[in-house]
Amino acid sequence: MIRPSEPIIIVGAGQAGVRAALALREQGYDGSLLLIGDEPQLPYERPPLSKQVLLGSREPDQCTIGGADLFMEQDIRLLTGVRVERIRREISSIALDDGATLAYSKLLLATGGRVRTVTVQGAGLAGVHYLRTIEDALQLKAQLLPGQRVVVVGGGFIGLEVAASARTLGCSVTVLEAGERLAARALPPQLSEKLLQLHRARGVDVQLQSRIEAFAGTTVVQGVALEDGRNVPCDIIVVGIGIAPNVELAVEAGLAVVNGIRVNHRLQTSDEHIYAVGDVCEFPSALTGRTMRLETWRNAEEQGKHAARTLLGHDENFSALPWFWSDQFDYSLQIAGEPHMAAHCIERPLTDDGLLIFFLNEQQQLVAACGWGRGNSIAKDIKIAEILIKARRTIAHEALADPAIGLKSLLKGTSDA
Amino acid sequence: MSHWIAACAVDDIEQEDVARFDHEGRTFAIYRSPDDAFFATDGVCTHEKVHLADGLVMDHIIECPKHNGRFDYRTGKAQGAPVCVSLKTYTVKVEGDRVWINLD
Ligand SMILES: Cc1cc2nc3c(=O)[nH]c(=O)nc-3n(C[C@H](O)[C@H](O)[C@H](O)COP(=O)(O)OP(=O)(O)OC[C@H]3O[C@@H](n4cnc5c(N)ncnc54)[C@H](O)[C@@H]3O)c2cc1C
Ligand code: FES
Repeated sequence: MIRPSEPIIIVGAGQAGVRAALALREQGYDGSLLLIGDEPQLPYERPPLSKQVLLGSREPDQCTIGGADLFMEQDIRLLTGVRVERIRREISSIALDDGATLAYSKLLLATGGRVRTVTVQGAGLAGVHYLRTIEDALQLKAQLLPGQRVVVVGGGFIGLEVAASARTLGCSVTVLEAGERLAARALPPQLSEKLLQLHRARGVDVQLQSRIEAFAGTTVVQGVALEDGRNVPCDIIVVGIGIAPNVELAVEAGLAVVNGIRVNHRLQTSDEHIYAVGDVCEFPSALTGRTMRLETWRNAEEQGKHAARTLLGHDENFSALPWFWSDQFDYSLQIAGEPHMAAHCIERPLTDDGLLIFFLNEQQQLVAACGWGRGNSIAKDIKIAEILIKARRTIAHEALADPAIGLKSLLKGTSDA
Repeated sequence: MSHWIAACAVDDIEQEDVARFDHEGRTFAIYRSPDDAFFATDGVCTHEKVHLADGLVMDHIIECPKHNGRFDYRTGKAQGAPVCVSLKTYTVKVEGDRVWINLD
């Protein structure tokens, strides 16, 4: 392995950046390695923030991706609370907010995303929360006391997870969703319906097709005014309307950016020395070649690991399947593959209210699967579905629909199995 | 000192599968390999406290249901990110139609 004289620098110490740094060492890179993040804490995982951290079952220091000693042990120089302000490609260096300039051999952008904010009147009132960082989570958690009236704006995953946590903590919770169903971007209608039923059964007041017009209050928020004239009184508002990728560094440096930082199958940007991974990048799908941007934990992990290999010169296509999970109350949901490619959709009912949905293309190949059930009951089946998707297997509809046929039996003859 | 406990019936676990066994507040996972040998490990993942018996067994690997962390259930060894801490393993014996594990 060639040892560059300048370090590999990773910008963004979130899931993707940290995984890439650790994977570079696992891959045997023994040169200098610098990981820079603008958040003050040790790198941490975000998924627990809306779940265990709000519920109080996990402390912030139990969310770290690795302790300080891990980075020392791995000889990864970690700069926290430091922002990269500019990339100067012509001299292969970056400028930090403390005035320092650092040269790189290769650069990996893992800058993630930041919450989209609302611009309605009253958006700046005290009591309006967002959830992306550990600080956001701790501030919100301190407010979620029994009896508090919480309005969640946005019926996507973050909003619904917050609603479930707040309800579990004894708050009275209203979810306002502008669309006709919950998590419509990611879920088929059957699962949106399951989510709706669960939340309503647990006492969450879910209001679909509700567009917000303004937040009411003088200094502290007191309610939400809707476009249809209704008013929902509340003590706390949590806005979960998605994220915007942090692409500014890349745009300013003249890299190709569309919906995210454009990368090729090796996760390389339009500059061959600069790579991008995680929530911020837009990459070609292994299944369809269409570009996509994913905001999921496993994508950050897989792309981090993959970039480590390609940064070291391996020419390999990124081929991991999209995969996502969410936990709400005592249920969980998982999605693997690309449901939007489906021509047919087949349901397999499971005991105890669980449901698997399989998606097949015109050629009857499995292209995606989603599952819904208590605890982790559907995890095994989704994992098997993933193997079947990767193997591009054609599968009889009857076998998928029949809960008496174990999915594992369908793996026979699949080379991955 | 050995401390043998009858965990389950041989027929409770299919080949290349896993079952959960709870005993005195502890949870174990018992595995039956494709070549019909039995193994036992601690029952919860070392990444987050998730029951491994909900995961998928393939060959000699158990894959955690939550984030797909993998362990070799014969040795307990973690196979890489996101799991870095290995599982404790226990010796197992089969007597008649029963699987016993040694909790010492
Ligand atoms: C509350 C919550 C719950 C979630 N739950 C799930 C879940 O259940 N399942 C799932 O699959 N996914 C979930 N996710 C999504 C998952 O956490 C993200 O996909 C993942 O964190 C993306 O990792 P990343 O490294 O790409 O970006 P990030 O985690 O956003 O990390 C990027 C880091 O870079 C820093 N940065 C940005 N610009 C600069 C700069 N110029 N200089 C220095 N540092 C910079 C940012 O501050 C940030 O720390 C959840 C996310 C949130 C917020
Ligand atoms: S809980 Fe097992 S891999 Fe995360």
